[in-house]
Amino acid sequence: MAEGAQILIVDDEPQIRRFLRISLEANGYRIHEAATGHDAILKSAQLRPDLIILDMGLPDLDGLEVLRHLREWTKTPVIILSVRDSDQDKVDALDAGADDYLTKPFSTDELMARIRTAQRHAQPQQDEIIFTSGRLKVDLSRRVVTVDGEPIKLTRTEYALLRLLIQHAGRVLTHQQILREVWGPEYVHETHYLRVYFAQLRQKIEENPALPEIIITEPGVGYRLVRL
Amino acid sequence: MDEFRPDPDALLAVIQKDEARQQRGKLKIFFGMAAGVGKTYAMLESAQQLHLKGVDVVVGYVETHKRAETELLLEGLEIVPRQRVEYRGTWMEEMDTDAILARRPEIVLVDELAHTNAPGVRHRKRYQDVQEILEAGIHVYTTVNVQHFASRADAVAQITGITVHETVPDSVLDMADEIELIDLSPEELRQRLQEGKVYTAERVETAANNFFRIGNLTALREMALRLTAERVDHQLQDYMNLKQIAGPWKSGERLMVAISPSPFSEQLIRWTRRMAYNLEAPWLAAYVETPHEPTPEEKQRLTNHLSLVRSLGGEVVVVSGADINEGLLRLARQRNVTQIIVGKPLRHPLQSILRGGSLVDRLIRASGDIDIYVVTGDKPEGGHSIHFPTPTSHSVWLQYLIAMVIVSAITVLDLIALPYIGYQAIGLLELLTVLLIAIYVGRGPALLAAVLSALSWNYLFINPRFTLEIYKVEDSILFALYFAIAIFTGNLTARLRTQERQARNNADRTVALYALAREIAGAVNMDDVLQTGVTQLGQVFDAQVAILLAEQKKLAPQPYPSSTLTLDDKEYSVGLWAFENGKPAGRFTDTLPLATVQFIPLNTPTRTVGVIGIRTRQQERLSFDQEALLETFINQIALVIERELLDEAAEQSAMLKESERLYTTLLNSISHELRTPIATIKGASSSLLATDANGEARLELTKDIQSAADRLNRLVENLLDMSRLESGRLQLKQEWCDISDLIGVAVKSIDYCNSSHPIQLHVQPDLPLVEADFVLMEQVIVNLLDNACSYTPPGTPITIEAKTNNQYLEVTVSDAGKGIPPDSIERIFEKFYRLPGTPTGGTGLGLSISRGLTEAHGGTLTAENLREGGARFTLRLPLNSSPPPVQEAQHG
Repeated sequence: MAEGAQILIVDDEPQIRRFLRISLEANGYRIHEAATGHDAILKSAQLRPDLIILDMGLPDLDGLEVLRHLREWTKTPVIILSVRDSDQDKVDALDAGADDYLTKPFSTDELMARIRTAQRHAQPQQDEIIFTSGRLKVDLSRRVVTVDGEPIKLTRTEYALLRLLIQHAGRVLTHQQILREVWGPEYVHETHYLRVYFAQLRQKIEENPALPEIIITEPGVGYRLVRL
Repeated sequence: MDEFRPDPDALLAVIQKDEARQQRGKLKIFFGMAAGVGKTYAMLESAQQLHLKGVDVVVGYVETHKRAETELLLEGLEIVPRQRVEYRGTWMEEMDTDAILARRPEIVLVDELAHTNAPGVRHRKRYQDVQEILEAGIHVYTTVNVQHFASRADAVAQITGITVHETVPDSVLDMADEIELIDLSPEELRQRLQEGKVYTAERVETAANNFFRIGNLTALREMALRLTAERVDHQLQDYMNLKQIAGPWKSGERLMVAISPSPFSEQLIRWTRRMAYNLEAPWLAAYVETPHEPTPEEKQRLTNHLSLVRSLGGEVVVVSGADINEGLLRLARQRNVTQIIVGKPLRHPLQSILRGGSLVDRLIRASGDIDIYVVTGDKPEGGHSIHFPTPTSHSVWLQYLIAMVIVSAITVLDLIALPYIGYQAIGLLELLTVLLIAIYVGRGPALLAAVLSALSWNYLFINPRFTLEIYKVEDSILFALYFAIAIFTGNLTARLRTQERQARNNADRTVALYALAREIAGAVNMDDVLQTGVTQLGQVFDAQVAILLAEQKKLAPQPYPSSTLTLDDKEYSVGLWAFENGKPAGRFTDTLPLATVQFIPLNTPTRTVGVIGIRTRQQERLSFDQEALLETFINQIALVIERELLDEAAEQSAMLKESERLYTTLLNSISHELRTPIATIKGASSSLLATDANGEARLELTKDIQSAADRLNRLVENLLDMSRLESGRLQLKQEWCDISDLIGVAVKSIDYCNSSHPIQLHVQPDLPLVEADFVLMEQVIVNLLDNACSYTPPGTPITIEAKTNNQYLEVTVSDAGKGIPPDSIERIFEKFYRLPGTPTGGTGLGLSISRGLTEAHGGTLTAENLREGGARFTLRLPLNSSPPPVQEAQHG
């Protein structure tokens, strides 16, 4: 599946492009490079890559602008590269349709994991009916949740949250995305709902709620459900 | 031998004079006894010579008076075009100072130094233009006649009978670097006059018969020669001072002239100036404010006298005192005056006797070792010897009326009472009336009451009644006594009253000054100082006030915000002039007097810190005492502004020093911290490049590179955080945070630490949400954990506790290390502070950043040592409010 997939790397730093090319080629990907936003848009159209790694700081166009251009005509997974200071950039990019993000500096392991997740979501989904992660098992068709084989009771909201995360398992969902999906567009600023409900949910499904392993908090951005 | 040593002050004065001259342009004066001696000619001749030598000499203003030979000399010289000024419909030509300043020649020729400019020109007098040109470093050649010098003007008037209106202060002469006397014998001059070389034919006749009489010319010539000789003498003196040639050292004389509103004082002032110049002595003019209230004209004259003193280079001192002599002598002793100059009294002899001898007699008696010069003046027109106040206002007439009415009323009452009490008691009653009247009215009405009542007593009550005759001797004595007592008390009480009023004025002034001083002293910053200055000046002088401060040695383009007066471009330019020249300008001054605002520079001993523009509501010039007060006010404000500026400068330099220190520490700290990981990366990667490294070694080296990169990353993040905190650009993204979640994230993000130190979590269940920036607070906890990991031995536990404590949410991070040295507990929060002997790897920034971030949240971060060993850091965040209620999702 991943073998032979084409990846477009968009970054103005030659060193970054080189190290990404080396490590990704070693993992069997075919690599194209673009150094500017305009070049990126052009090459995406010409080469139709399977995945795009997009740096947010480009010399000509804002990474977010490039992303919006791309999203006008393609659903190709996009992974954002950004620096730590700009949490808001990440959130904006995710809201604008980016699939995931990585904060520089990052390790190739992290990058590979993100690429795999993004690719999986890009595949036409055969609907997953039973989701498992560690001790958690969710039967989406019957709405049954078990932890270590024991059925547990979730409120309607808790279940809605869990189901949403499962649909996007492995990917980060921003606060706004979650609030919009579960509560509705008028609730996108009520982040404290999330704090309260995720704490409850973790109490029910995590082994050690203080150090959660299934539902991970992405500081300043959102939440991610990890497939263990 | 001491007396041969030059006085250091005198030496300094010579050197300062020299220095000031070196920066300034040089002034050469072509000096003559009268018009027509050939000053302009001589000036142009030297100019032509210089021109031939290639010196850049231009004509600023030369009046040829259509003399052909003079006009010939203008040929070949560049002439700066004159400016044309309109005044009341006529156009006049004046020298264009700005054009000269813009042209910047080496030398400029300026004829007729004493010329008075047309209204609308920047300066009232041409010599002021010349001063400005000199200040700009341009040399000036100019011409002037002896009668134009202020100190000679009265002598000239005496000799020639012609009053000279166009004068220049003698200080201009002092300023000259070179004086060339253009001498011509009176006969030769008259000859030239007859030949039509001085005036056009029609004026020759009148001129020859008036000013140009042989006698006049001889006197003027002598005066010119003497003035030149005096100056040469002075130059010799300066030279001897500088070269330490023991010579006739002047014996520290100091002159003081006593002045009054009398017109005669003007002559006294000039006389004193001349004598002081010859003695090379400093001089001052003293005015003693007495209970006698000056009339408006007198005040005006006095103001003129005081400005004359200033223009002649003297110092003005105003003192108050009931007795002139006492005031003068007190001041003289205070200021080490050696000679006092007073005018010969013109008082009526009777008045002198009444006052216990003339002023001069008493002054001489009390003066001790101070010399007294008594100078005779011309009898002033109008006779100001005995002063009777001229009633000018209604209130004074009303007072006379009141005095008469009361005296008449009492007399009528007395007539009724006469049969019962006798005429002697009635006399006493009337005396009492006079006394009472004198308390409430001025001197004049009081004297009138005294005379009226005395006469009516005599006429109506003393036998024989209804005559002014007196038969009995005791009645005569009684009447004489009555008359004396009435006049004396009337006079005395009136004097007491003015004295009281004066004391009140003085007190008002003192109070105003005190208020200013107190308020300004209490001002904590520049805004306060200026606000206070504007308010106080506005109140005391009933004026609008604008303050313009210097910014980087330039005048601010806008008045300070607290100013109550806005300035248009024209007025601003007046203010600018005052600032750049450090002299008053505008309304009521000699420079740009047509402006509506008076500008006074804020001069301090070292520089001009700005200007104050003041527009009083009253249209006349301030009286001399108000002007003195204004001056004091402005000096005070200038000093305080200077103080504030110095404070600011000191603060800035302290800040600069501190930032320099930090910069050095930063460099020292991070150069090590940066180099270590870079060295690792460089070394490891070059080893990797070497082909012979085996699999195991490659892995090790790669891991080294990775951890070095992590370390570099941490350092850079720390530095960025620090700079964001310091620059104030830190923006908190406040949201409701679940502290338990936050701690979880923090613990997970430092798994390197987790593996070496068991971390125990004690989080109170149901902790309330707290408003904070999740990312930044996470970082605070990470820093605390990282700190605990780095400075405690591996294997020792780290405990995190989170609970509510009153209105705070409290998170503690405790370790089981050896604790913090007690004297360093606060210092560890300082930037770049690292405990001595701690392992490398930290930046000394983590705790400082953590505290900064916490305080930005309104919280606190403290450290303490635990009794059982180890250190504990406590983070407290305020729980100000609780989040709004949470609701279930509707659809899902």
